[in-house]
Amino acid sequence: MRSPKLCLAACLAAAIATPAGAAAPTGTLKKIADSGTIVIGHRDSAIPFAYLADGSKPAGYSIDLAGKVVEAVRKELGRPNIAVRYALVTGQTRIPLLVNGTIDLECGATTNNAERAQQVDFSVGIFSIGTRLMTHKASGIRDFADLKGKNVVVAAGTTSERILRKMNADANMGLNIVSAKDNGEAFLMLETQRVAAFMSDDAMLYGERAKARVPTDWIVTGTPQSREVYGCMVRKGDTAFKAVVDKALKAVYASGEIERIYQKWFMQPIPPKGLNMNFPMSPEWRALIRKPNDQPAGR
Amino acid sequence: MNYNWDWGVFFKSTGVGQEIYLDWFVSGLGWTIAVALVAWIIALILGAVLGVMRTVPNRLVAGIATAYVELFRNVPLLVQLFIWYFLVPDYLPEGLQTWFKQDLSPATSAYVSVVVCLGLFTAARVCEQVRTGIQALPRGQAYAGLAVGFNLVQVYRHVLLPQAFRIIIPPLTSEFLNVFKNSSVASLIGLMELLAQTRQTAEFSANIFEAFTLATLIYFVLNMSLMVFMGWVERRVRVPGLMVGGK
Repeated sequence: MRSPKLCLAACLAAAIATPAGAAAPTGTLKKIADSGTIVIGHRDSAIPFAYLADGSKPAGYSIDLAGKVVEAVRKELGRPNIAVRYALVTGQTRIPLLVNGTIDLECGATTNNAERAQQVDFSVGIFSIGTRLMTHKASGIRDFADLKGKNVVVAAGTTSERILRKMNADANMGLNIVSAKDNGEAFLMLETQRVAAFMSDDAMLYGERAKARVPTDWIVTGTPQSREVYGCMVRKGDTAFKAVVDKALKAVYASGEIERIYQKWFMQPIPPKGLNMNFPMSPEWRALIRKPNDQPAGR
Repeated sequence: MNYNWDWGVFFKSTGVGQEIYLDWFVSGLGWTIAVALVAWIIALILGAVLGVMRTVPNRLVAGIATAYVELFRNVPLLVQLFIWYFLVPDYLPEGLQTWFKQDLSPATSAYVSVVVCLGLFTAARVCEQVRTGIQALPRGQAYAGLAVGFNLVQVYRHVLLPQAFRIIIPPLTSEFLNVFKNSSVASLIGLMELLAQTRQTAEFSANIFEAFTLATLIYFVLNMSLMVFMGWVERRVRVPGLMVGGK
């Protein structure tokens, strides 16, 4: 007898609690309100952005930022009890799963670029990287020109792959370019000496180095070949939800809280190995924090 | 679903040299066929030998073949590929190891690893088909062969195998198709076969569904053609009156 009455009371309360005059939520916000759950897509090995730090629960810089977005969504809907569910995505599945409604928000290490912007909308930038090289400290490779005739690995589908293939074709460098499945496997190829160097986003390279058997053997080097901005992805055309996400992120930047989150993941020992990435904030990222925007970085 | 379909994507520039995305699919299909055919040849030869070994009246020989089958059939293909690609080269002699890992082009060393892996894996499966083909024949056939003075080799060569291979053409066709489908594991060690090129196109263009739809069609057409071809082979080698044909 108790539960129907309770339900009735709850429904009434909910109806009354809806802010008068505020438009009923639509799109993703409505989906979250109806299901009482927000589903966040995360990566499992993008150290330190989004990875499984203790083997099961996603953690990382981007996950912390996603947490800020969740708080903002709860406030926006007036529902502090909105639950969070994490869904594992890969480089290949992140866009389809967002587009088909499986996940509501993807915060990992996704570069904001024009091709992806055809299918999804990006939040304001959450990080800025440069594409560089990692190599063994004794390899003698210090910049891209030293790669001539060598084997170089990239993660399949990354901007680094595009840039390197283009560089190889344009400058006739005679590179053998290997496209590994992801950054983890690319680093495995470097570590097992299949390749002389590994090109990727600098933050990713530091992250892979943190996983290495002997991290000090590996150096990150070379002139950055491009600047890129990472963003969280939301469904295309869902301006109401994107506004909430952007507002939440901008608040973190404006309040200076971003400094604390950055320090936690890039300047202090992080799980699982307790290694310090020692990756100070780049001037580009500082500039973006001061003036957040949702545009891809210029080349 | 709010998705921008664009079927013209295959004719767009990839941004690398003069290539369009369709070129990637063509080159990917080439690698897929190159992997699958060579692996199939290995599988067919080794599988036939192992299949015969499992049926000969010698417990040691049969035991070796059985052990092979159990080992290769019970370990996932992907695990085997990682062993062949990452682990085995590390146990080669120093000079050979450097040559394989650094002097060979990465595409070649990946190709060798995947062909060996897929060939040996499929051989275990072919072996079982050959064994069942032989065991499906009445035992009297072998005895009759021996009675007329054939030795064991001749019994297999002239009596058992010609019939067994005809019986197992339909299941062998499935294995043949499986080699083509399984060759997609090569994408995980950086060999740019059809699946790898599909994923690459999906990532570069963000037109994921189009890329995978095209890949589905290509695999489908490829395997349908192989089925038609094997059907033709089956009719071609049929001995009238010996067996009741499938259709």
